[in-house]
Amino acid sequence: MNNIVKEILLKNVLIPTKINVDKKVLETLQLLKREKVIHPVITISSNTPSKIAGIDEVRKQIEDYINERNLNVTILEVGSLGLSSLELIISVQLPGKTRLFFKQVNSENIILILDGIFNNFIQEEYVLGQLKNKIQEPWAQVPFLDEIAYFNFQQRLILNQCGFIDVNSIDEYIAFGGYQTFVKTINQNTPGEVCDIVEESLLRGRGGEGYSTGKKWKIASSTVSPQKYLICNAGESDPGAFMERLLMESDPHNVIEGIAIAAYAISAQKAFIYIESDYELAIQRIRNAIDQATAYGLLGHDIMGTGYNLEIIIKQGAGAYVCGEETALIKNIEGKRGKPHSKPPYPATKGLFGQPTVVNNVETLVNVPVILDKGAEWFKSIGTEDSKGTKVFSISGKVEYTGLVEVEMGTKIRDVIFRIAGGIRNNKRFKAVHIGGPSGGCLTEDHLDTLIDFESIMLVGASLGAASLVVLDEDNCILDTVKYFMDYLQKESCGICIPCREGTRRMAEILENISKRPKDENGYATLQRFKGVMQLETLAEVLKDTSMCGLGRKAANPVLSTLKWFRDEYEEHIFERNCSAGVCQELRTFEIDVDACTGCTLCAKKCPTGAIFGTPKNVHFIVQDKCIGCGICFETCKFSAIISK
Amino acid sequence: MSVNIEVNNKTIQAKKGETILEALNRNGIKVPTLCRMEGLSPTGACRLCVVEVEGKSGLTPSCSYPIEHPMKIWTHSPRVISARKMLVELLLSNHPDDCLYCIRNGDCELQNLAVELNVRERRISGEKTKINLDQSSPGMVRDPSKCILCGRCVRVCDEVQDVSTFDFINRGNSTLIATSMSKDLNFSNCINCGQCIMVCPTGALHEKTSFDIIQEMLNNKDIKVIAHYSSSVPVSLAKALGLKPGKDVNGLLNAALKGIGFDKVFDSAFGADIAIYEQAAELADRIKNEENLPVLSSCCPGWIKYMEQLHPDMIDLVSTTKSPQQILGTLIKGYYAEKEQISPEKIFTISITPCTAKKFEAQREEMTHKGVSDIDQVITTRELIKLIHLYGIDIHSLNDEFSDEPFNTRSSASKLVSVSGGMTEAVARTLNYFFTGKELSPIQVPKLRGIKNIKEIVLKMDKKNINFVVVSGLKNANKILAEIREGKIKADFVEIMACPGGCINGGGQPFCNDEKVQKTMIKAIYSTDDKEAIKVAHKNPGVLKLYNDFLKEPLSRVSNKNLHTGYKEREVLL
Repeated sequence: MNNIVKEILLKNVLIPTKINVDKKVLETLQLLKREKVIHPVITISSNTPSKIAGIDEVRKQIEDYINERNLNVTILEVGSLGLSSLELIISVQLPGKTRLFFKQVNSENIILILDGIFNNFIQEEYVLGQLKNKIQEPWAQVPFLDEIAYFNFQQRLILNQCGFIDVNSIDEYIAFGGYQTFVKTINQNTPGEVCDIVEESLLRGRGGEGYSTGKKWKIASSTVSPQKYLICNAGESDPGAFMERLLMESDPHNVIEGIAIAAYAISAQKAFIYIESDYELAIQRIRNAIDQATAYGLLGHDIMGTGYNLEIIIKQGAGAYVCGEETALIKNIEGKRGKPHSKPPYPATKGLFGQPTVVNNVETLVNVPVILDKGAEWFKSIGTEDSKGTKVFSISGKVEYTGLVEVEMGTKIRDVIFRIAGGIRNNKRFKAVHIGGPSGGCLTEDHLDTLIDFESIMLVGASLGAASLVVLDEDNCILDTVKYFMDYLQKESCGICIPCREGTRRMAEILENISKRPKDENGYATLQRFKGVMQLETLAEVLKDTSMCGLGRKAANPVLSTLKWFRDEYEEHIFERNCSAGVCQELRTFEIDVDACTGCTLCAKKCPTGAIFGTPKNVHFIVQDKCIGCGICFETCKFSAIISK
Repeated sequence: MSVNIEVNNKTIQAKKGETILEALNRNGIKVPTLCRMEGLSPTGACRLCVVEVEGKSGLTPSCSYPIEHPMKIWTHSPRVISARKMLVELLLSNHPDDCLYCIRNGDCELQNLAVELNVRERRISGEKTKINLDQSSPGMVRDPSKCILCGRCVRVCDEVQDVSTFDFINRGNSTLIATSMSKDLNFSNCINCGQCIMVCPTGALHEKTSFDIIQEMLNNKDIKVIAHYSSSVPVSLAKALGLKPGKDVNGLLNAALKGIGFDKVFDSAFGADIAIYEQAAELADRIKNEENLPVLSSCCPGWIKYMEQLHPDMIDLVSTTKSPQQILGTLIKGYYAEKEQISPEKIFTISITPCTAKKFEAQREEMTHKGVSDIDQVITTRELIKLIHLYGIDIHSLNDEFSDEPFNTRSSASKLVSVSGGMTEAVARTLNYFFTGKELSPIQVPKLRGIKNIKEIVLKMDKKNINFVVVSGLKNANKILAEIREGKIKADFVEIMACPGGCINGGGQPFCNDEKVQKTMIKAIYSTDDKEAIKVAHKNPGVLKLYNDFLKEPLSRVSNKNLHTGYKEREVLL
């Protein structure tokens, strides 16, 4: 069966000329696209968030359910719809009916859901929506997926197949139109033309500064060299970012196709894909995709008879943040210590093993097949004047829905947070949104109308680089967040250049000092601490000015942007020694409400420092000098008699 | 191609392709750096060389950024200076505050920069990295707490010496420079050449000093303390002692050492003459028998350790002759002690060398005799200068003195040994005498001189073509040895010196970034060869007398027992 499908796909679908309208071919495609199903099909979204949500157990239950009842049901693995907070998501498609998605499936409700659907009854509580399809009969009173606010406001160019197609099947990918662009391109376009189209489309690198992808390719292809390399940078190790992981897990062939076209454009015969080794599932899926594509003759020697050869090699990284920087990444692939070097020379002229090398991140490359398929003009019609296309964000923090979001460039941040992600959880107040991970910056409510494009985001002191949005609400302390990022950076700096190594360390120490109650306050210690605070801004500027690579240059961003927008919160910590969010443990103070205290002695027993005094059935009190602000008493008290200040 | 660029509102000439820093230096504009080393790859780590370039958002590192046209640069704008100052302060915030106790006090690049940038206040303070002092090596001490991670030692060890003892480990604020598996230096493959000391901007790497024991011995009336110095020491002292750089202070040095209180002062050049004589005899022997060729020189202890670690298959090729220092050591504790009727235990020998590896050599098991070391202590030229200051010797008020008998005579050939190519020249002179009975004509071989690190030459002696190869720097040595293994080059004698340029650039020499001073030192050595009458080792009267009285002839039973040794494979962590 599989060989017949392969034959049909290779002979009739993957051809540069117009598709042969053959009944047999159409039927095969229809089956592959699951426009028509003969047996019920259950898809399970298998990705890292769903692993956490307990996919293994649920999957076993589904299999047992089917086996026990002897049902003829196909189970498929799909990637992520992007709605990570609603995992585990499964879909059931009955013959003739539309595909129905269920959310928050777990081992307790799965049997209920299955029992229902196989008896034409829907457990509404767990329904996410149904997938619109003209030839299938829709379920009554179930919203279509594209009508749900989360999907409605998104424009999905590159995530459009994520969560829908079988991640393990190249056939299905081809049936949905995959690899056709690649085959057409290598047959009909010269590498130079591909570069032209991409340059014309004004696609900008999604990884950092937003350099024109086409220009970068042109520099590499115009450099004379016998060997050129393409590197797909999937080294995504910043906290809060997971779009590349989910992209690779959900649509691996799309990533491979992007790499293949880009490699062709710069005449590289070897491409590397650099993935963190702890992205196990992504590595497994990409490896599988490479094997399948190679078996279909879409990679390897003499691709589709065009004489073009391409080998894609997976290179696993050990998780150093700095290895996301392209020169450090190149050193790492060469087998050396991952440390950046000064540019120029840029990798496009002298990169991996001294050869011209283009480093693009996953999202950039995934944009390439769409552009070549639909044309530069079409791509240019999306987005703003300087930033074309869409941008994928990983959104997390205190919002209703966390996960992947793809929006048109030029969308307001407010729309992403409040319309797509459903606003702040538990009706709390929005405080800030942190964009761009450790190298990014915090934005306040006043900036929510900032448009998402390279320039606007940079203007407010953040960076579109690692497009992670971490939403903070009133319960988050800005200083605590910045402290976390600074601590992360001081550990993740490559340790070579002085400003980055020593500067991040000192900045982390200064922030730590601010959020601490001094132990023995004497004049000298206070002076030293204040000197540090006074130097914080100068230090940040020097870091930005003199560091060797992006890590150091952007390391001060969190500090600089929060100092700008949340100065009052810094001052509150420094002068009043108070953290109004109640996060900085050492600055918290607790008092006992004399009216509420029943004298149960529980808090006094639990207090680790013996700071609570009192006799049974009498009101207790806290000795502030002994209190370390741990909050155990607060959590222990059954009568809400402990007040946090 | 020459282009005009604008620097500090003035136009200067720069070459396309060179770095900004090179152009600035050529035009007399000084920009500080702590990590750059001429000829080695730039790392751009210290960021002190940053300059302001028009159109660039941040500051640009001048050591790695190429000249563009047009270009507008400010090298000392307020923004640049305050950034540099902050960088130095950041380094100081993680530096032990013990300048007064530091071996590099007054001669430290970091200290100088702090002075230059007018750092007068501790604006930034914080926790300091605490790492233990590594005193395990016989030749060197490593104090990682003073390390500023400029990576110069890493690069010199890798790119010049091919030893790669050091590298960066860990990342972020716990980045360190460490040896393989973070073991102590004595377990590592360090060859003690001391080139890392020469490039270290701070006191993180320095030689191991042993002033206490030397002072104690000088005070002990029962012990006869004997000093002898290598031939490169007298020419290296002048600048540090306030004399005209490059002046040969042989006679003053004798006087100074005696002033310090050494009972006898000998000239290691005497040992060098014997080493030349023996090595030439060995070479002649092996050429005649056509076996075990080429002869690899054995006077550099750094190279010897390297060979034992990395090229154990070549042990048989290495000359068995001991180094000049050890030859003199054996003679003092053997021949001389017996002649003077002193027990060898009552003699304390101190060798003064330009070398840190000699400290390692002196404590090798092969270099002892019945449990008594031939050389008890080795001090470097740098330590000698300190010793002279310590004993309050005013070099200007001294008069030349001779070194003591019986090891006081030398040929000018022995002086050449301190420069790369010199050993070969000296051996060639004596070898020619062995083959032909006549002196080499012309006696000087200019092709063996000069700054090239690899020199090859063929000399015709008694109708035979003798191939000499001279290399310095172990990376070059590796290259030559690989070619010898593959049979690509034919060689009869290969002189290998670990330090580039020979002992004159040894790891124990005074710190000097001035190329002119280096050149005058080399010139002083060659001018000795021009001036002096005895130009060959086999005509040194003292040496001839010694052979007559004691050693009989080169490679005789007595000399084999005393002056020759053997080596074996050494296992280290690579």
